[in-house]
Amino acid sequence: MKFRTTGRHVKEGSKSVFRNGWMTVSAIGATTTTLLLVGVFLAVMLNLNEFASSIEEDIEVRVFIENTANEQQVDQLGEKMESIDNVASVEYSSKEEELEGLVDSLGDQGQAFELFEQTNPLNDVYIIDPTRPTAADSIASEVNNLNHVYEVDYGEEIVQRIFTFNDYARTIGLALIIGLVFTAIFLISNTVRITILARKKEIGIMKLVGATNSFIRWPFFIEGMLLGLLGSVIPIAALAGGYYYLYYYLRDSINFDFVQLLPFNPFIWQLSALILAIGVFIGIWGSVMSVRKFLKV
Amino acid sequence: MIEMQGVYKTYPNGVTALNGLDTHIDQGEFVYVVGPSGAGKSTFIKLIFREEKPSKGSIFINDIDLASMKEKRIPKLRRKVGVVYQDFRLLPRMTVYENVAFALEVIEEHPANIRTRVMDVLDQVRLKNKARFIPDELSGGEQQRVSIARAIANRPRILIADEPTGNLDPETSWEIMHILEEINATGTTILMATHNREIVNTVKKRVIAIEDGMIVRDENRGDYGYEI
Ligand SMILES: Nc1ncnc2c1ncn2[C@@H]1O[C@H](COP(=O)(O)OP(=O)(O)O)[C@@H](O)[C@H]1O
Ligand SMILES: [Mg+2]
Repeated sequence: MKFRTTGRHVKEGSKSVFRNGWMTVSAIGATTTTLLLVGVFLAVMLNLNEFASSIEEDIEVRVFIENTANEQQVDQLGEKMESIDNVASVEYSSKEEELEGLVDSLGDQGQAFELFEQTNPLNDVYIIDPTRPTAADSIASEVNNLNHVYEVDYGEEIVQRIFTFNDYARTIGLALIIGLVFTAIFLISNTVRITILARKKEIGIMKLVGATNSFIRWPFFIEGMLLGLLGSVIPIAALAGGYYYLYYYLRDSINFDFVQLLPFNPFIWQLSALILAIGVFIGIWGSVMSVRKFLKV
Repeated sequence: MIEMQGVYKTYPNGVTALNGLDTHIDQGEFVYVVGPSGAGKSTFIKLIFREEKPSKGSIFINDIDLASMKEKRIPKLRRKVGVVYQDFRLLPRMTVYENVAFALEVIEEHPANIRTRVMDVLDQVRLKNKARFIPDELSGGEQQRVSIARAIANRPRILIADEPTGNLDPETSWEIMHILEEINATGTTILMATHNREIVNTVKKRVIAIEDGMIVRDENRGDYGYEI
């Protein structure tokens, strides 16, 4: 195709968008609804993903040392742990340091624990940083077999639950998004097809004059692209507005210390680009699919 | 140049429309195709721009073999052969100008050339003043002139017309005939299936008569030859 013909196809494609008033409205409606839902799913999923990986990074294995162990035994234990597979580093923290950390982390309420300073009930600990989060489990079980280990803890319950939940959320979210996208493609191709029945005769005439299939298809391609673009305007605006509100207002009124939302600035642009791309994909596919069978004239 | 040898056409429903046709038409000829209804005139015409494919036999248009031609080449062929129908077949939602321009857009002609060429051919069919009208706003004769303008816009060597005056009153039919003669005078081969006895008998040209899918008569400066 020569470049100057592009202009012609763009003109014809946009004309169709205006000419088929109600069809355009219903096709855009289908895209808008889909993209809104897809956008919400995406925002939730991407945030969950981020949340899960930030937790994964924080995973450490805490090894509580028996109070009866002497200095030499504690040192030996530390050396043995360093030789375990997937251990990145081993750090010692005395029970005094532990109590201090606990008091600090609890703020005002923590002052109650200062009473324990004389008879500290905590253990000395080794803090193991695994090379990868999923190795925490095997490291913990190996450490459990060593002497002078009182207890091993890496928050397995919570970690496992978050991993599983995140896996489910990812799978379900993806399935929903794909399902929605195909529903929208189907809806668009059906609405476009209704107007194509009227255009069937026109396509026949075009072919008699010597138009190639791709020449006939191009305006439909453009039309679909425009439908997708128009259909993503409202979802993008709504998502940006909603996320802005969530990120800046809710964050200040509710104390989200635990949940860190992805920062508004790059995230909303990435999300918008993704929504736009999905919208354009839906529009083009739906529209081009609907002409296919009419080209065999 | 059109060359047909042993051409048969049987439609999928079993009807044999052409029953062994041999003919040769030179560049620049004006040929009437006459015969009773259902004789196979339209089928004969449709073969020439590959709206239908022969079941048997060979058809050559300027040395292109239509029987073995690939589907993909059909658009190219159709750009070299202009077609005019009894029912005009204009694009209803486009203006006169756009209908004619379409034939040039299809061959990716330069937009500036399209404008001048469209105005030229509209002038040739005397419709320059109706360029902005849509087909529904025109009379039958005017619509047929638009379809002729579209057919000749990209300067085809061959123009085929299937009963171009079939839906028109005698006076309008003569207008169309004169336009076709002018086009023929520029060297374009014209093949016209017709029932218009008056025109055939007045403007004498080569006449090919088809009956039951066979050529039963082929004479230069022939008569229409049928009572009705
Ligand atoms: N598409 C088709 N399918 C089946 N039969 C057809 C088709 N077109 C024409 N015919 C049959 O072929 C014969 C010739 O038709 P046609 O070429 O249209 O004749 P004419 O134009 O001389 O009236 C007729 O019997 C007609 O019924
Ligand atoms: Mg006929």
